[in-house]
Amino acid sequence: MSEAVSSPPARQSGPGRALRRLLREPLGVFAILLVALVVFGAIFADLLTQYDPTRINPRERFSPPGADHLLGTDQLGRDLFARVLHGGRIALYVALVSTAISLAIGIVLGLIAGYGPRWLDNLMILVFDAVKSFPTVMLALALVTLVGPSLTAVMVVVILVNVPGYARIIRTQTIALKTSEFVTAAQSMGASSARILRVHVLPNVIGPLVILASMDIPVVIAIEAGMSFLGLGVRPPTPSWGSILNDGFSNIRETAWIAVAGGLPIIVTTLGFTFLGETLRDVLDPRLKGRG
Amino acid sequence: MRTLAIDNLNVVFSTEEGPLHALKNVSFEVPENRIVGIVGESGCGKSTLINAVLGLLADNGRIAEGTIRFEGKTDLVGLSPDRMRALRGQRISTVFQDPMGALNPVLSVGRQMVNIQYRSGLSRAEKQARAVEMLRLVRIPDAEAALRRYPHQFSGGMKQRIAIAMALMMEPALLIADEPTTALDATLEVATIELLQDLQKKIGCSVLFISHHLGVIAELCEDVVVMYAGEVVERGTVRQIFNDPRHPYTRRLLECDPARQSRRTRHLPTIPGEIPDLRARPGGCIFAPRCDRAHSACAAPQPERDCGDHHFARCVLAREPETADGRA
Amino acid sequence: MLNYALKRLGLAVVIVSLAMLMLFCMIYLIPGDPASVALGPRATEAMREALRIKMGLDQPVWMQFWNFYIGAWSGDLGKEVLSSRPVLTVVLEQLPFTLALIAGGISWSVALGIPLGCWAAVKRGSLADRVVGILSVAVIAVPSFVIAIYALLIFAVALRWLPAIGAGEPGNPGDQILHLILPSLAVGLGWVGYIARMVRASMLEVLEASHIRTARAFGLPERQITYRYALSIAILPTVTLLGVGIGQMLSSAVFAEIVFARPGVGKLVYDAILTRNFPVVTGAVLVTTVLFVLLNLIADLIVGALDPRVRSSF
Repeated sequence: MSEAVSSPPARQSGPGRALRRLLREPLGVFAILLVALVVFGAIFADLLTQYDPTRINPRERFSPPGADHLLGTDQLGRDLFARVLHGGRIALYVALVSTAISLAIGIVLGLIAGYGPRWLDNLMILVFDAVKSFPTVMLALALVTLVGPSLTAVMVVVILVNVPGYARIIRTQTIALKTSEFVTAAQSMGASSARILRVHVLPNVIGPLVILASMDIPVVIAIEAGMSFLGLGVRPPTPSWGSILNDGFSNIRETAWIAVAGGLPIIVTTLGFTFLGETLRDVLDPRLKGRG
Repeated sequence: MRTLAIDNLNVVFSTEEGPLHALKNVSFEVPENRIVGIVGESGCGKSTLINAVLGLLADNGRIAEGTIRFEGKTDLVGLSPDRMRALRGQRISTVFQDPMGALNPVLSVGRQMVNIQYRSGLSRAEKQARAVEMLRLVRIPDAEAALRRYPHQFSGGMKQRIAIAMALMMEPALLIADEPTTALDATLEVATIELLQDLQKKIGCSVLFISHHLGVIAELCEDVVVMYAGEVVERGTVRQIFNDPRHPYTRRLLECDPARQSRRTRHLPTIPGEIPDLRARPGGCIFAPRCDRAHSACAAPQPERDCGDHHFARCVLAREPETADGRA
Repeated sequence: MLNYALKRLGLAVVIVSLAMLMLFCMIYLIPGDPASVALGPRATEAMREALRIKMGLDQPVWMQFWNFYIGAWSGDLGKEVLSSRPVLTVVLEQLPFTLALIAGGISWSVALGIPLGCWAAVKRGSLADRVVGILSVAVIAVPSFVIAIYALLIFAVALRWLPAIGAGEPGNPGDQILHLILPSLAVGLGWVGYIARMVRASMLEVLEASHIRTARAFGLPERQITYRYALSIAILPTVTLLGVGIGQMLSSAVFAEIVFARPGVGKLVYDAILTRNFPVVTGAVLVTTVLFVLLNLIADLIVGALDPRVRSSF
C-alpha cells in the first residue's frame, strides 16, 4: 500500500470504462444486483410493504413466512419484512455517515502527521497503533458503558476503528509526495503549506483512499449490526438487522424464522458490498491488489 | 558415443500477442566426456534450450518439432513427466546461475543434499556420508558442520560450490551449467572453472556449459555452439570458432569481447541494432537486419553450411575464410 | 535477536501505557460520575461521596491516573463492585475459556485455510481456484455473529448434532471439545478465508523462486516440492497474520460466548455492562488489550524463530 500513489497527475480512469469492465465480471454483476436489492429495499421501504415495522400485534406472534407476512412475524407479532427493509435504512445511514466522517478526520490527521514535524508524526503513529490495539468489541463495550447504547455510540466506535487506518495511508502518501518535484517546486514558489496540501497532495492521495473506504462499508455494517445485536446500538423498538437477529436468538427454540430473517440481509449486504469492492479494486486499480 | 544429440529442435511459446518461435531448427551434439559451450547474448534462447532438455518448459511452451536424444537412445521429446523426472538429478544435473537463490532458504544444506538422494536406496547415514564426501570434494571447509547450516550462512562462491556438489553427487552423465559463474567475481570465477574442470575429469561426465562470457568458454570448453535469436548460427571446436569464425555474428561477438581488445579503446564496440522480435521472424537469415555484409541472397532461408571438419555456419559466406583485414 | 525482542517489548509497553491512558480518559473525563453510575439513581448523596473517596475520585486528575497506572502494572485493577473480589482474579478465572475458544478458532483456520490456499495455488487459474477465492472472500465478509447464530440454528437446534450451551462438563475433555466445536468454528471461519488467500498468494510467489526450479531440476517429486520446499516458506507470513487475527478473534469470541452461553472474558464484560460492574469492564478490556499486544509480539518472535534467514539477522 505504501507506494499506491507516487506520481501526479491524479490517476484518470473513465468511470464509463470501469463500469463496462465491471459488468464483464460475473461476480461484479452479482454484487451489483445484491447491493441494488438492499439499497432499493431501504429507499422504497414504505412502498414495498404496508406494515409498520414497530406495530405490535400479539395475535400474530411467530407467524411463519407466507402470503400475509413475507418473512413471517416476530415474538411481538411485528412484520419481519417491514423490519428488515427499515433496518436497511439504519444500516446504510450509519455506513455512509460514519464512513464519510472517518474519511474527513482520517484525511486531516494523516495530512498533519505526514506534513508536520517529525515528533508529531511519531506521536500520532503511536496513538494510532494504540487505538488499533484495542479489540473492536472491547472498544465498543467500554464506550457504551459510559455513554449508553445509541446510534451515536455506534458511529463513534466506527470512527475510532476506521480513522487510524485512513490516517496512516494518507500519511504514508503525503510523505512520499512531500519530497516530490512538483511539491518542491510549489514550495520554492512560496505556496503555503495549506495550499500545497490542498492543491497538490490531496488530489493525489484521495482516489485510492475512497476505494479502500468503500471496501470498509461491509465492516461498518457488521459493527452496527453486531452492536445492535448486543443491545449496545439502536434502541428498541427501532428496527435494526442486529436487533432482529437478537430477537431471533432469544426465541431460537420457538422459531427459526426470526433469526433467519435477521441474518439474511446482513449476509446479502456484506457479500454484495465486499464482492463489489473486490471487483472494483481489480478493475480500477490493480496496484491495490492483495490488501486485506 | 554422444551423451546428448539435439536434432532440428523447434520450441514455440503461445503468448497473448501470438506464437513466439523461441528455438528454430537447433541442432548440435554433446559427445561423451566433452565440455561443450553455448554462447550468445541474453535472449538468444539459452535458457529455453536448457528447459527443453530438462522437460521444464513453462506451461505455454511446447516442442513443435525435433528430437533430443540422450545417451544415444532415449528421445527426451515426448517422454512422460515421470520418466523425465527419473532422469533429472540422476542422469542429467543442473547448476543454475543464481547461487543466492538456488538453494532452499529454510532447509539445511544437509537436508537438501540428503533429499535429492531419495532414489539411491542408501540409508540416512550413508546419504549423509555421501553429502560430506561431495562437500569435501568441492573444498567446503568443515564439511560435517556445513551440513547443519543454512544456505544464507555461506558466501556466494561457497553456495555455488555446494550447488555443484549437489549436481554431481549422483554422478550424472550430463551436467548442464547455466552461467554458473556470472554472479561471482573474477577470482572466484577462475576457481570455480578450475573446480568444474577437475570434477568433470574425476567423474567422467559431459558438460553443457552456457555462458555469454567468451573468455570462460575459451578456457573451459572443447566445442562451442554460437546461438543468436533462438538459432544456432555457428558451431565447431574452440579453435575453429575463436581462430576462424565463419559467421558475421560470431566475428562481431569476438570483436565486442572486452578481453580481446588489444589496447584500451574509448568505446567498446557493440553490435548495432537489436535482437529481432521472435513473434515475427524474418524469412531469411535471422542476423541479416544487423549484419554489415548482408546482401540479396540473405533474404532466403539459410541452411547450415559445412565448413569442413565438423565446423558449421548458417551463412551464405560461410565457406569464405576471413581475410587479413577482416573482410572477405 | 535479544536486541530485537527488547525493542519490540519496549514498543509493546508504550502501546499498553497509551491504551491505559485512553481507557482512563474514557472513564474519568467523559461526563458522568462513575460513583453515581455504579450506584444507580436511588443512591443517597452520602453513599456516593463515600464511594467517591473509596475510589479515589476526590484526588486531582493526574494523581488518579498515576494511581490507576501504577496499580494496573502491579496487577491491581480494582475490586469488583458487588463481591469486592480483585478484578484481576475474576478476569483470569474466565481467561482460559476465551483462550481455548481462540485456540479452537486458530485450529479451524489453519487446518482448513492452509490446505485450501495451497490447493488453489497449485491449481492456479482453475475453477477450483476461483471457487476457493470467492468462498474465502465470502467467509471473511460475513460477520462472525451471523455465522454463530446460523451454526447454532443448524447444527444445535435443527439437527441436534452438537451441544448448544456452555463450555462442557468440567474435567471431561471430550465433552469440553464437543462444546468447543461450534463456537470455535464461528470464531475461526472468517480466518479460514484470510489464511487461504494469504497462503495462495505467498505460494504463488515461492513457486516462482529459483530454488524451486533447482529442486525440479534435481527430479524431486512434485508433492515434496509443493509441501516441503514451497509450503514451508509460504506459511511463514501466516504466523504474523495470525498474530493480528487473534485480536479480531477476541472480538468474535465475545459474540460466540454470548450466543453459545459460554463462560469467558467476553461474556464477563457483557454481563458486567448489564450489571454496571464498572471496574470489571475496564479490567477485562485492559487484560485483553495486553493479551493482544503480547500475542502480536509472540507471533513476530515466532516468525523469527521459524525463518533461519530472519533468525540470524537480528
